[in-house]
Amino acid sequence: MDFLRPTTWAEALAARADRPDAVPLQGGTDVMVEINFDVRRPGALLDLTSIPELATWERAADGRLRVGAGLPYARVVAELGDALPGLAQASRTVGSPQIRNRGTVGGNLGAASPAGDAHPPLLAGDAVVEAESAARGTRLIPAAEFYLGVKRNALAPDELIRAFRMAPATGPQYFSKVGTRNAMVIAVCSFALALHPAERRVGTGVGSAAPTPRRARAAEEFLAAELDWTGGAALDARVRSRFGELAAEAASPIDDVRGTAAYRRHAVAVMARRTLGWAWNDYRKQVEACA
Amino acid sequence: MRVNLTVNGRAEAVDDVWEGESLLYVLRERVGLPGSKNACEQGECGSCTVYLDGVPVCACLVAAGQAEGREVRTVEGLAEGDRLDPLQEAFLECGAVQCGFCTPGLLVQAHDLLARVPEPGDAEIREALAGNLCRCTGYEKILDAVRLAAARKAGRR
Repeated sequence: MDFLRPTTWAEALAARADRPDAVPLQGGTDVMVEINFDVRRPGALLDLTSIPELATWERAADGRLRVGAGLPYARVVAELGDALPGLAQASRTVGSPQIRNRGTVGGNLGAASPAGDAHPPLLAGDAVVEAESAARGTRLIPAAEFYLGVKRNALAPDELIRAFRMAPATGPQYFSKVGTRNAMVIAVCSFALALHPAERRVGTGVGSAAPTPRRARAAEEFLAAELDWTGGAALDARVRSRFGELAAEAASPIDDVRGTAAYRRHAVAVMARRTLGWAWNDYRKQVEACA
Repeated sequence: MRVNLTVNGRAEAVDDVWEGESLLYVLRERVGLPGSKNACEQGECGSCTVYLDGVPVCACLVAAGQAEGREVRTVEGLAEGDRLDPLQEAFLECGAVQCGFCTPGLLVQAHDLLARVPEPGDAEIREALAGNLCRCTGYEKILDAVRLAAARKAGRR
């Protein structure tokens, strides 16, 4: 095994192109477990932790955030809670403080586990993944097109994840996750909701309840049409319940050690209803404050 | 490969490191600092918690090569000479040590908490220590020790 340690992004892209057998390494919270347990022996590890710009974020000219692939969850929580509240909430549920100090959203995207906590809020918030290769430059991949299968993503063999781009929240965003305890838990299933009042649109993300993280599009369209965006009228119980049903219908879960398919479907519906209740409550306060 | 790093203030040049090796293995087997414990090797238990450039991490999940040029502080580096850190004294006094296997990780993690939040509430202590497992189930004594150390550092006890 080789240990490749580029110190510039250009070197990293060159190394990625030269060594298709290399596994990119950020916080190590997935990759090192596989190495420690001898389930993976890549030809090389491509350490990306010495490239300073990966661990930074910036506000682009259009106001969107560009968040480097190497920003650890702890810094997402500390620095992006206002701009990306859904992602910050999900980040807060990742592992333990030690894991949040190392694990990154870029690593979550690279691993593309259906249970990754960052995926649902990235989907709900219309995030775009910025992939780059030495040969073809930058390619922008919407999160909804990024996840292709269990632990498979849309990256080409010579591409690395440079950043993700996401607009700051203009409405309430919530994340909910079911697990056996509050810390150190992989999601049994999870759900993210984002209200986009300017476009009167709803974003969702369902996690750990299908081969890939996915949006619940029918639920989004149903809710966007039912919500009283102007007046902020109270939610009808029928709307809440139907939203939950449609979210659950978007899932295609399996029975596994963490839970049954039936339980996951039920829990997705419950989380969809709850996050909607929290988000709509916040939205109504905003409407009242502006009235 | 060779890895150059600073451990508890001392420069170390470690040779013959396997490229897939963890920082934990380097510390325990090559630098001779067995304080950080090897339990789960998957970041679940926190027993190997060390400071990496001042940030607590699970040493089992850091590739040795990622520590190149960086500063590591282990449980062995908390005391100043023979003088234990107030947190270590509090662990002894409160009976927060049973089998002792989780203790080094808890000490480093709690040490970081008290450096950041001098007078943490119970919820903050629990949250900070959520990734450190004790299977003797001595958590109550551990919480007592962190509270005592916080009070002493704040000059209240």
